[in-house]
Amino acid sequence: MLCKGRESKKGGAVCSQAVQGRMIKVDHLTKRYGTHVAVNDISFEVHEGEILGFLGPNGAGKSTTMNILTGYLSASEGEVSINGYDVLESPNQAKANIGYLPEHPPLYLDMTVREYLDFMYDLKKCTLPREQHIAEICRILKIEEMYPRLIKNLSKGYRQRVGFAQALIGNPPVLVLDEPTVGLDPNQIIEIRTLIKSLGRHHTVILSSHILSEIEAVCDRIVVIHRGNIVADSTAADLSRKYSEDRRLTVRVKGPAAETAQLLATVSGVKKVTPLGQRETGMQDFVVEPKENVDVREEIFRRLAERNWPLVGLRSMEMSLEEIFIELTREQPLVPMGKKERRKAIKEAEE
Amino acid sequence: MSAIYKREMRAYFTSPLGYAVLAILFAFSGFLFYSYNLSAGDTSLVGVFDTLFIITLLIVLPVLSMRLFSDEKRQRTDQALLTAPVSLTGIALGKFLAALTVFAAGISITLIYGVVIAFKVSPDWSVFFGNYLGLLMLGGLIIAIGLFISSFTESQFVSAIATFAVSFMLMMVDDLTSIFTSNTLVVEAVGFLSVYQRYYNFTVGSIHYADVVFFLSMQALFIFLTVRSLDRKRWS
Repeated sequence: MLCKGRESKKGGAVCSQAVQGRMIKVDHLTKRYGTHVAVNDISFEVHEGEILGFLGPNGAGKSTTMNILTGYLSASEGEVSINGYDVLESPNQAKANIGYLPEHPPLYLDMTVREYLDFMYDLKKCTLPREQHIAEICRILKIEEMYPRLIKNLSKGYRQRVGFAQALIGNPPVLVLDEPTVGLDPNQIIEIRTLIKSLGRHHTVILSSHILSEIEAVCDRIVVIHRGNIVADSTAADLSRKYSEDRRLTVRVKGPAAETAQLLATVSGVKKVTPLGQRETGMQDFVVEPKENVDVREEIFRRLAERNWPLVGLRSMEMSLEEIFIELTREQPLVPMGKKERRKAIKEAEE
Repeated sequence: MSAIYKREMRAYFTSPLGYAVLAILFAFSGFLFYSYNLSAGDTSLVGVFDTLFIITLLIVLPVLSMRLFSDEKRQRTDQALLTAPVSLTGIALGKFLAALTVFAAGISITLIYGVVIAFKVSPDWSVFFGNYLGLLMLGGLIIAIGLFISSFTESQFVSAIATFAVSFMLMMVDDLTSIFTSNTLVVEAVGFLSVYQRYYNFTVGSIHYADVVFFLSMQALFIFLTVRSLDRKRWS
């Protein structure tokens, strides 16, 4: 189910598998920096135990939205509530419910890992047993051996984990993770993803990323944001289904161009053949469009084999999530930026 | 607030900054104590305090307050502070008190000098404590101003220079009265705002409620302004 802007609320209710408590509620949120609209009237909800992927190209408004959720920035318009607490009206209760890992982990470089986590424990007014709680978090993130090291001397991957550890202190029900795997090596990325998945069992997680495979691997639901607007709010499977009605095939054949095209056109069930020319020496590429609900792949193989023209490639043009993403973030019109349009938009909003 | 205070105190003494500030204060006051008192045989510590006044105002206090918020912004750790369940006032107050503690520790060296003199002859304790309290009050005010200034910039250097400029102006503002002697309005306005005049009352050993209230309320004002400045950033 695809939704835009305002309608996304509906999407949220339909898409989430759990109809448990509403942990995060974002209602018509807008953030303007001067005349620049960073986030434009977005609404969505996240339910208990859900892992929401926040997807968008760089500068789409992901970090801005997360900063507003966590109370670091204030919204120009709209409301955010965390576990029932309005971020603006009862900021301290709302903040106590959130563990936040910003894009740049907020680390004091002149502290050791131990001192830093101790400080964050105090800062968050945590009441869990200190030693046990911090040790537990460090065990999960595998940073126990880094205890006595200065954060300044840690590698990027370890710094990221210390930042993650900080977010887990106090065991907050909501975790907001802004690009948690940036700068990590492939093994670490897999570890962190597994960790996020396991955390998702007991926490509500919002995770932002511009890497699709990551979102696909970890998240129950995906919100695609582009230029401050929500362009999709759905599960990964639904997204693929919606955008993968393309049943065309690309065919690569080792044979004469014109004759092969003629032959392919005569295969039963084929609607249209478009030659793409020669992309590999001696090979011809074609796009074959079959009629609805007909699988022409076997027939294509058989007919080519009869003529002894080897079929060297046959690929469905079904879109990957990657392509869907590109499609979604390209088609969207620009947010009005001209002075006149802006004035008009504000006027309308005020009314 | 206590978490912030503890961290700030730690930060002062895991970097050279805290030691540098204490070293400057100890070295200068030690030298002055030797030349004014031990060597010249004077029992009044006013000379020591007068010079400390200039050093603290122009060097120590700008340096002490320069990194309070600017460093948080540079390291982006303000994101951790501002998204933690602590009030902005708590954050500002924790930092203010940490800087004030280091400053108080620095000027407390004069207590030793007082005790040394007391072995031979009883010093004028009211003048001594007046000076001490006055310096502490004035220090608190400049720290609060420095705290406010540091909330505007990522650069410690800019913050220190700006605080220095404000300190210098506060020192010099009284001289306006000698230029505008005929303009009673200027004279009265300066007289009301003059920090030095109020500080001077302390140094002669006369402690007025009005002066104490003036300093404390000015400190509170700048801490309040710092909180507003932090909050404003969220909205812009």
